[in-house]
Amino acid sequence: MGTSVFYFVATLSIIFSLMVIFSKNPIHSVLYLILTFFTFTVHYVLLNAQFLAVVNFIVYMGAIMVLFLFVLMLLNLNKENEPNKTAFVKILGVIAGGCLIVTLVGSFKAVAINSPLVLKDPNLGLVKNLGKELFGPFMLPFELSSILLLVAMVGAVLLTKKEEKANG
Amino acid sequence: MEISFVIEKFALVTILFAISLLIAMYSTYAERKVAAFLQDRLGPDRAGPFGILQPLADGVKMFMKEEIVPSNASKWLFMVGPGLAMLCACIGTAVIPWGQDLNFDGRIIPLQVTDINVGVLYIFGVVSLGVYGVMIGGWASNNKYSLLSAIRAASQNISYEVAMGLSIIALLLVTNTLSLREIVEDQHAWRWNVLYQPLGFLIFMICSFAETNRAPFDLPECETELIGGYHTEYSSMKLGFYLFAEYINMFVSSAVMATLYFGGYNYPGMDWVAAHVGPIAAPLIGTAVLFLKIFAFIFFFMWVRWTIPRFRYDQLMNLGWKVLIPLAIANIVITGIVIAVVNF
Repeated sequence: MGTSVFYFVATLSIIFSLMVIFSKNPIHSVLYLILTFFTFTVHYVLLNAQFLAVVNFIVYMGAIMVLFLFVLMLLNLNKENEPNKTAFVKILGVIAGGCLIVTLVGSFKAVAINSPLVLKDPNLGLVKNLGKELFGPFMLPFELSSILLLVAMVGAVLLTKKEEKANG
Repeated sequence: MEISFVIEKFALVTILFAISLLIAMYSTYAERKVAAFLQDRLGPDRAGPFGILQPLADGVKMFMKEEIVPSNASKWLFMVGPGLAMLCACIGTAVIPWGQDLNFDGRIIPLQVTDINVGVLYIFGVVSLGVYGVMIGGWASNNKYSLLSAIRAASQNISYEVAMGLSIIALLLVTNTLSLREIVEDQHAWRWNVLYQPLGFLIFMICSFAETNRAPFDLPECETELIGGYHTEYSSMKLGFYLFAEYINMFVSSAVMATLYFGGYNYPGMDWVAAHVGPIAAPLIGTAVLFLKIFAFIFFFMWVRWTIPRFRYDQLMNLGWKVLIPLAIANIVITGIVIAVVNF
């Protein structure tokens, strides 16, 4: 039962991801991306990582994708006024994508050989256990990453302020 | 056992869906009656006694109207929009505990569709998803005013979600659990969360007004600036779905506020009542009390609508970012300090 659900949802993920790339209209792309994230949420639930699932639901589907859609609607991008990409940019894109694939394949191969991904605690994904892990052994990295996010946020606010001063 | 479980849940979901629709229907009637009362008028009184059949007449009218799809609209998304709005409004009821367990001769039936251990976050997720119906419908209409309204809805929802999330964090510091069932049970015997989190409740309530696009935050359907808002191009039952979704949202957020802050199905003296009326009637009285609380909140929503005028857009953003978010953060800090001192 679990495996067949996984294969069904995984197929959907791949189809929706492909639709993200192949749709002509950027708004449709974002909508397919939202569906892709929804299938990811289902994957997390299947892995018994409920907290990750619901956070993925709130943050990616509910906030970041709304902002994506917001920006696209504000810019009102159409096929006609989209600037043509030069061959140079296209080649760069292919090279960058190729590098990413090589890195991913390499890392997944290493993981598969050394430590098969079996969770020591299958209930790690529940809120209580995850919180204890994050605020126990992983305290420092967790706090550091939150400071990083805070710095990024302050930086973003500062950038908008500066522009205001230059104009006025 | 397995089959009876499925039947039980299916029945509960169906009943909840029917109740949501019924309450949404009569909310439209109540809104007009409340408006009439506040403005010293009579309100609808032609269809049936006291105009009680007015929602049916309105429904029939909605169904009979001509379906119009604008020629340059994105047809598929134009249909998805209202459906999505309706779907997101309805799925919120799944995690709310509507009452204590019913006990039919040893067979225990929980009056809650599912008690997931991230219930509060699920509600939050559903709320954040709700804006897609408005955004997709507004964009697919291919109308400048609808698009503007969709953009407004998006930025308004995102802004108020932040403050709402922060107020929920302070609440979770008090409750120590994310399960709505446990949150309600903790509030037994007058330990209502609103007594511990008055500021948090105020912020949460203001944000619910903004998230449901109710006045004074109904900027996405500001008819003086945007013709009709995101549903300008909609007609017939598609428009009906959008209007209906707003009332269901109001019902669900009233239920969430009653559950999180006002003790859910708890009421004073419920232990005495439970000891005297038997195992089936007692939970049902609790459910009735919960619905009374919900109706009180719905009335409050309407009362505010006819009392406070609509905000300007910059006022809305200032209130969200410069007042509510700092207040919510201060609330978290104070709550944390108090809890640390009390437990010290």
